[in-house]
This record gives sequence, structure tokens and C-alpha cells, in this order.
Amino acid sequence: MTTTTTIHIPAIRLGVPYKSVDQLTTTGATVSQVNSGLIRRDLLGISKATEELAAIPTPRLLAICKKAGELFLQGTVPVGDDDRDQTPQDYVRAVSASCGLPHALVRNNMGKIALVLTDMVTILKGLTRGLDPAIIDAGMGVQQGVPVSFYRTTDSLGVVLPSNSPGVNSLWIPSIALKVPVVLKPGRDDPWTPYRIIQSLYAAGCPRSALSFYPTSHEGAHALLAIAGRSQLFGDASITKRYAGDPRVELHGPGYSKVLIGADQAENWQKVIDVLVASVAANGGRSCVNASCIVTHAHGKEIAAALAERLAAIVPRDADDSKAGLAGFANPAMAESISETIDKALKEPGAEDVTARFRTGPRLIQHQGRTFLQPTVVHCGSFDHPLANREFLFPYCSVVEVPQDQMLSKIGPSLVVSAIGTDPAWRRKLLDSSLIHRLNLGPMATSHVHWDQPHEGNLFEFLYRRRAVQTAG
Amino acid sequence: MSAAALAASATKPAAAAAVAKAKNALDAHVRDVVQWHFSPATGSPFWLEWAKQAGWNPAKEVKGFSDLLRFPNFNDEWLRDEQPERFVPKAYANKPYMIFETGGTTGMPKQRVSWTDHLHDYSEFSDTLDDKYFPKKAHWLMAGPTGPRRLRLAIEHLANVRGGSAYHLDLDPRWVKRLIGKGDYAQAEAYKEHVVDQAITILRNRKNIHSLFTTPKILEAMAERTSLVGLGIKGVFCGGTSMTPQVVRFLAEEVLEGKALFVPTYGNTLMGLACSRPLSAKEGWSVIYHAPQPRATLRVVDPADSTKDVAYGAWGRVELTTLTKEFFMPRLLERDEAMRREPIVRWPWDGVADVRPFGASSGKIIEGVY
Repeated sequence: MTTTTTIHIPAIRLGVPYKSVDQLTTTGATVSQVNSGLIRRDLLGISKATEELAAIPTPRLLAICKKAGELFLQGTVPVGDDDRDQTPQDYVRAVSASCGLPHALVRNNMGKIALVLTDMVTILKGLTRGLDPAIIDAGMGVQQGVPVSFYRTTDSLGVVLPSNSPGVNSLWIPSIALKVPVVLKPGRDDPWTPYRIIQSLYAAGCPRSALSFYPTSHEGAHALLAIAGRSQLFGDASITKRYAGDPRVELHGPGYSKVLIGADQAENWQKVIDVLVASVAANGGRSCVNASCIVTHAHGKEIAAALAERLAAIVPRDADDSKAGLAGFANPAMAESISETIDKALKEPGAEDVTARFRTGPRLIQHQGRTFLQPTVVHCGSFDHPLANREFLFPYCSVVEVPQDQMLSKIGPSLVVSAIGTDPAWRRKLLDSSLIHRLNLGPMATSHVHWDQPHEGNLFEFLYRRRAVQTAG
Repeated sequence: MSAAALAASATKPAAAAAVAKAKNALDAHVRDVVQWHFSPATGSPFWLEWAKQAGWNPAKEVKGFSDLLRFPNFNDEWLRDEQPERFVPKAYANKPYMIFETGGTTGMPKQRVSWTDHLHDYSEFSDTLDDKYFPKKAHWLMAGPTGPRRLRLAIEHLANVRGGSAYHLDLDPRWVKRLIGKGDYAQAEAYKEHVVDQAITILRNRKNIHSLFTTPKILEAMAERTSLVGLGIKGVFCGGTSMTPQVVRFLAEEVLEGKALFVPTYGNTLMGLACSRPLSAKEGWSVIYHAPQPRATLRVVDPADSTKDVAYGAWGRVELTTLTKEFFMPRLLERDEAMRREPIVRWPWDGVADVRPFGASSGKIIEGVY
């Protein structure tokens, strides 16, 4: 991006760029904001886009994804309504400036997205449990000697994205390989990532109409969710509660991910401190898979102190510092509000901000003109304390002692649980629990992802349904 | 009036002399109306008592519009708490009146009295409509809020003064607000479908309907079902809610296919009808309204001190003053904000642009990561 004038990022209506009259300014760009009626009107005609995408054989779509992944990670792709060149470094700088993530973390997220695109074969295998893609192409076939048939449940996948972290975009990408057009509402601070993925897919040969991009208001998001046959919704409880129980909408709210340390491993807590640090602080603590609570059978205070000491070493650094592990806040008021919320809750007896003993300076801190929240570990005397099961947009976690046999009754819904303990009976109870979406057995960070495993729902099962099929003679 | 004549008068800045002349006319009107409402022979019980308690005599001391700043902002709760007859000027004491209500959600609605104000307002508005798009002797479909609002009668009057009749449907916006308030979005959507069903049924089965009044949401929903232009609609008069320039552009270009004319207005039961300048891509689809002065005025004021106007091009809160012999309401702070715009030849007084809910630009703190 050699020119200095502000980039304008247009909406993309079934593949066609559209410059709206209403525009929002984010760091480094103005972004077209479309109205809800426009989204509804476009989606009424999306079946043609579905037909066009579905006509492409899956091997070709996999090749398109692979090429797009290479372009996304290493290529120069167009950005903005005047198709300026955007190099990977341009992209990293843009996301960092608008979302606050340091360059190193943006690059990590870039790698994650590129991996999903380039290794779509593996991703599809994981999602479809090894289904031959030819069966999806033909609509029916034979799997392990049994006739099977799958049909699409929707003409489009709507996605209402957050701005927390670019990596969440990896969740919708397989939809293209699964022949379902995607309709995206980007997060306010990160139009860059979905736009670059879209441009990479276009350049790799994906039909343009298969990807729509609608920066819009909450009202526009609701319109998208109302019309799209299936949707992924990222947002806090105030946004997601409207869709609780709606089978068309896959909710991605706060994760409340946790590490559980069982009775037989609590004595060995020093051995898993690296796992705890990674669980809390990977990706700047900005992912729903980051642990926000360590539940341990014993040694809570010691664990909290050791973890706090380690996390206190993660300090604000310049955005382009390769060691940077903390994200700044694009909106300083949000950081102030979070810090105030924690301080207010700390006034309730039974909790201590253990990190305060170790960190340099206050939790809320300025560095090079940017606002940061330094990592915070709060030891809570019980799970009933208001800070015991909270989640914030920075490396935050509570440490709570709970007897192993009571853990499941306390933790509540948890996106990821890393359970460190070898008791077979306990493991079995965890496996049977409907509270846990992803279970890591053994000392593994909550943020660790095997791509052959579904994450927050299985996109194939969300977009396809199996029907009974019988062929005469 | 023709579109060409409208455009010619509605884009040029007003000359200083024209602005001064309009100001003088407003000052004279203010003196008349204030004397009317604050004189024992003609005034209303509410305002006569108010003046006693205020300790000054508006009938004598108000010489022009700027003197209205001596009034505090009108408390619209009075319209809920007071009996409507308290606002009846003595001069109208023996004339039965109509009672119109503002939107309201739950509980006691706000009410105002009226005799012919609504007819005046809509007769004046009719003169601004282009006959090509709102043909004389053609019929109207009124697909807007009905019930105790003046709009129901006003649109019928508008159709009648233009030589046609108005078809109506049932639309209770309070029910929709209640459904949304309790989070029953499915029923709210079903109700919208019910309204659209009624509207489309009439358009498909009755002849010579070329003009439509509706709200932006209903208009969008109708056009998602069918081509309104295909059903004969030539002009759409819209009101009832704020519209961003993008919404206006979308309605004009896509919903009405660039063929039927879209005419947004700003108004309510308390004010009358503020007309908009002709819309254009050149103006960025900005909607700029001008109050039906001198019968009502709109100021864009500093939210921290409503006696002060904001500068032209700046955002502020909308303040409404209604100045008719039927109803006097000084300095009501609307729940809207807008940009102050300059006078033009057609309306040589301030305009209010891009009206949106007051505080719409403030943000929200979100907790959690996802």
C-alpha cells in the first residue's frame, strides 16, 4: 500500500463491490456500512450463488482453498475500492493498528487461517469423519458399505464476526469447501481479515458470488441472522441471548474455558505451570479458548502466586516487537471499564489480585501511546465470588480451590476444559458432561487445537443433514 | 409543483434579505400566537396559570422568536398528566375538539387537542408534491400507524385534497413495541407480515392507487414481496422514523427501483410536517428537513445548553416549537439529534439534516471474548 490516502473498504454484495453512503472510520480505513434492508434483499436472491458454488467439484474447491491460503499468507492481494496492493506486512500492520494485537500475534493468527485454507483436506476429513468428498458432489454414495445421502440445510452461512482476534475467521472458511456461500458481517475493528480472505479466495478462483461482505449495524446483523438459513454468531451474552435455542444459529459467546487440576495431580502443580501460562496468555488472552479460570483440588494459593509471577513477565511492548504478547486496546474506554469492573469486584471479600504483588505498575497502563491491561490472576476463596467465573478481553484468570468431586457441579458451561488428572472415574464423568464442548485430557493448553477435531460445533453437521436413501433394483 | 421548480428553489442558499424577511414574519407570528394563548380572552387555562406562576407576562413581553428562550424546555409529561381541555384556548371553548396521541408504549399516552391544524399541515404539504409522482385524482394507500394518531385522518385529507381517496389498513405500533420489548421477535416479524399482507392485498385488488404512505420498514418489507412499481406505485411519502442517507438511497434506488419518487418527512402529532429537500446522490442522499415555519420551528441546539444553537454543519439536539392558535408548545427537546443546515431559497430558515436518535453515536462496552 504505497499511497497515503485513506483506504475505503466497500461492502461486497454477492461478489459485487458496493460503496455505501454511510461509512464508519476505523484505524487506517473508512468502511462502507450497509443497511439491514439491503442485506435482506440480497439474501432473497442467494440461491443462484449456491447453485454456482455447488456445481464446482470438491477437489477443485480444495485446490482453490489451498491456493487462497498461500495467497493469504504470502501474496499481495487487492484491498479497498481502488484495489490497492496489500502485502502480508501491510495486512499485519493494519490489523495491529485497528485491533491492538501486536504484529507477532497477528502473524500467528494469519498462520492459523492460512493453515485452515491450505489443509482443507484434513479439516473436511475431521468435520465429515472421513466422508469421501465425491459423495457430497453426487449427493449420495456408499460409505463403509452403507448407502448415504447428504443434503444442504441452507443456501448460505451467515457469520457475525467479532474483532477480538483474526483467528476466529478460520471457523467459517470450510463452508466454501462445503459448497455453502458465506455472508459475513465483519467486526467493527477488523474488516481487514475477512476482506483479505475473500480477496485471496477470489484470486484463487472462487466464484465471486459465494462470498458477501456486509459491514453493518446490530440491526443489520439481526437481519442477516433472520434470513440466512444457518449462521454463526460471535458476541457477548446481550447479543447472543436472543438466539438461544434457535437451531439455525450457532452461538459463539464467551468461552469460560478452564483448566481443572484433579486430586492426584494437584501436588505436581509446578510441572504444569507452563500449560497454565499458555492457557491464559496465548494470543494475548483474546480467544474464547483462553482459560479464564483454574480450578484445582488443592494448592490454590501457591498456583495463583506462581502463575501470577510468570504472567507478570508479559508486559506491554511495541507493536512490532517480536516478543510482544499483550494486545493493546483500540478503545481505551473498554480497558478502563474492564479494570474498574475487576477493582469493584475485588472489594467483595474473599479475593486477591495476586498479580499486584509481582507486576510493574498498575493493571491499566499506557505504553507508547497505547492502552494495555497487564495480566491479572485473582485468587478466589470460593466459586461463588463474582470474579471466579468471569472472562475479559486480556490475560485474566481466577484460581479457585474446589474438591475434585465437586468440580463438575461448579464450573458451568465451558467451551474448553483441560483436565489434568489420571483418575479414570473422574475422566469418565468429564467425558459424560454436557457442560464441556471440547475436552483436553492431560496437561494440554486450552488454546491447543487439533484441526481434525471440530471446534464449537461441527460445521458439516450444521450445514448438511443426512437423509435416508434407497435405490430400486 | 413540478420537480424542476422544486429543485430550482431547494438547492440554492437563501439570500440574506429572504432570511431576514422570514425571520420578521416568524417574529410577527410568534407575537400573535403568544398573545392569543396568554390573553385571558383567548388563552388556555394551562398557559394562563403557567404565566401567573412564572411571574412574567408573555403576552406583553414576547416580541419575537428569540424571546421564547425565556420559556424553559417544554415538559412533554404535561401532555400525559394534564387533562386535554386544559390546553383548549378560550376562543375555542365551545368547539368540540379532536384528541390525538403520540406514539407511546405502555401506560398513559401523551395527548394534544386539535381542530384543523392537521388539515392545514397536510394541505400545505400537498402543495409541495410533484403531480407526476403523486397524481391528482389517484388514490392512496395509507400503510402506516392508525388508531389515535392524527396521521390516519391527515393522510385521508391529503388524498382528498388531491382529488383521490385513501385505503387504510390496521397497524398498531404499540403492539409491535411491546413484542420487541419482551423479546418476542418472532411475533413482531409475524405482525409485520400481517401488515404487509393487508397492504399487498389492497394494491393487487384495487385500481388507481398510485401513492403510498408508509414507514421505511414496511416499505422494505412490501418490496421484498413484490415490485411496488409493478403494482402502479409512483410516489411514496414516508415518515415515522429516522433514516440514514444510506437507507434513503437504498429505498430510492432499489426498493422503488429509481422509478417511483421517495419523499421522506419529519414530523409527529405535536409538530406537523417538515418537508425534505429533494434527494440526490450529489447531496450524498442526505435528508434535510425544514419545519413548516411559522406554524412550527426546529432548532438544532447545544445539548448542554439548549438556549444556544450549534454552528451550521454541527450536530446538536433537535428542539421543536409549535406555534398555532390551536396549540402552543415552546422548546420541546425531541429525542433526536441532527445536523444544522443553512436556509435555502425555498425555505429561508434553518434545516435539520440526517436526523437520528439522540445519543446514537455513543458506544457500548462489551465484556467477554468469543
